[in-house]
Amino acid sequence: MFKIAYYPGCSGQGTSLEYDMSTRAVCKALDVELVEIPDWSCCGSSPAHTVNHVLSAALSARNLAQVEVMGMDKVTTPCPSCLTNLRTAAHKMESPEFRGKVNALLDVPCNGNVDAQSVLQVLAENVDPELIKSKVVRPLTGIKIACYYGCIMNRPPELMRFDHHENPMAMDNLMIALGAEVVPFPLKVECCGASYGIPRGDIVMRLSGKLLDAGRDVGADAFVTACPLCQMNLDLRQGQINRALHEKFRIPVFYYTQLLGYALGLDRAVLGFEKLCVDPRLALGKIKQPAQAR
Amino acid sequence: MQIFDLTTADLEFVAEVEARSHQKISNCYQCGNCTAGCPYTFAYDYSVSQIMRLIQIGQKEAVLKSRSLWLCGSCQSCTTRCPNKIDVALIMDVCRHMAREAGYATERSVKIFVDSFLASVERHGRAYELGLMTAYMTRSGRVFTDVDLAPQALMRGKLPFKPHEIQGREQVARIFERFRKGGDNV
Repeated sequence: MFKIAYYPGCSGQGTSLEYDMSTRAVCKALDVELVEIPDWSCCGSSPAHTVNHVLSAALSARNLAQVEVMGMDKVTTPCPSCLTNLRTAAHKMESPEFRGKVNALLDVPCNGNVDAQSVLQVLAENVDPELIKSKVVRPLTGIKIACYYGCIMNRPPELMRFDHHENPMAMDNLMIALGAEVVPFPLKVECCGASYGIPRGDIVMRLSGKLLDAGRDVGADAFVTACPLCQMNLDLRQGQINRALHEKFRIPVFYYTQLLGYALGLDRAVLGFEKLCVDPRLALGKIKQPAQAR
Repeated sequence: MQIFDLTTADLEFVAEVEARSHQKISNCYQCGNCTAGCPYTFAYDYSVSQIMRLIQIGQKEAVLKSRSLWLCGSCQSCTTRCPNKIDVALIMDVCRHMAREAGYATERSVKIFVDSFLASVERHGRAYELGLMTAYMTRSGRVFTDVDLAPQALMRGKLPFKPHEIQGREQVARIFERFRKGGDNV
């Protein structure tokens, strides 16, 4: 049993509910114990760091301080944006001067000695791939998948220190282990338009449209993502993108945890497939049924 | 195209950007790799390498009034690919801070979105997506933003009607309060 503090992130309570649900379910199935940070608060996401770095770090540091109170020194989060904020805060607080400014804003001071990792990294580095393979009851044989990591899971490399910054492979390797066919996807780390969906929808239409177009070009039946914002832009906004670009994309966009849980044979109710906007049934139908189930 | 005169360089501005970003602006030799990888160039007024050059030649007004600062998605492509290890995305962030402090907001809708998001966090301790949308629409006057998406998201239980009020929301509110009071937050 591997035990680690868990920071779900705000979108996990709303627009990426199925990511949080499936994350908890697969971690449990793989003996990774997630201990949720009590009364965690928002990390500030991108808005905070675009306003001020001390404010941004303080919003993250309130949560890091909670982890320290828990007596733990490692925290994991499914969301790359939360991850960047938590890691950046901890990194910047290595400077006593910066740490002082952050702590001046906090009720409970934070030392910043907490290492934040993505759930993907935790699974890649702490769970034996052979264990995962041995637990697969529904291999993903027959489905073609484009693995899309989003821009900030691995960048900048000096800060994120996980996988490759231009050609990450953690999700690819996982999907291959589950039996899926991973298609070569050249835009693995390109930006989807981030949080500009609301204020500048045109930007997201163009950038996410480019991703969907590339996915179609390489023959993907579905995308898998590890980022709530990427998933929302590609899935919830796919209809908007079609209208804006006169396209007819119909590509389901899964969280990698959903397909992992599916392969592990977890109850579909905890994987939240019905929360996806683009109907995933056609893509899931490509998966060949295991022999004994026929 | 605006013409910039090298003799009008505001060297204090250059020094301030360097001090606040801990980056050496003169290390940029204008190779253009940041711009080549930037997905947002199509929407920018100045490309990211042009912003770097404008900082080098001390064109404070042009930089702080640039729309590009507000449209940078912090995707870290520029920072990751800079051959001289300049944290370009950080410099964009710092210039955006300075633009905000100077009272510029050349992409008003982006500023309203950011402000609405942070107001939501200050009030509830966590981001409250439906409340954020409403606040954004009210403040921007763009009431039809994403109305086509709301039914889809609501139907799937992805937009809770109520915020998740946390116990520590006053602690979070105090972070914002102290931040606004403190003058030395850079």
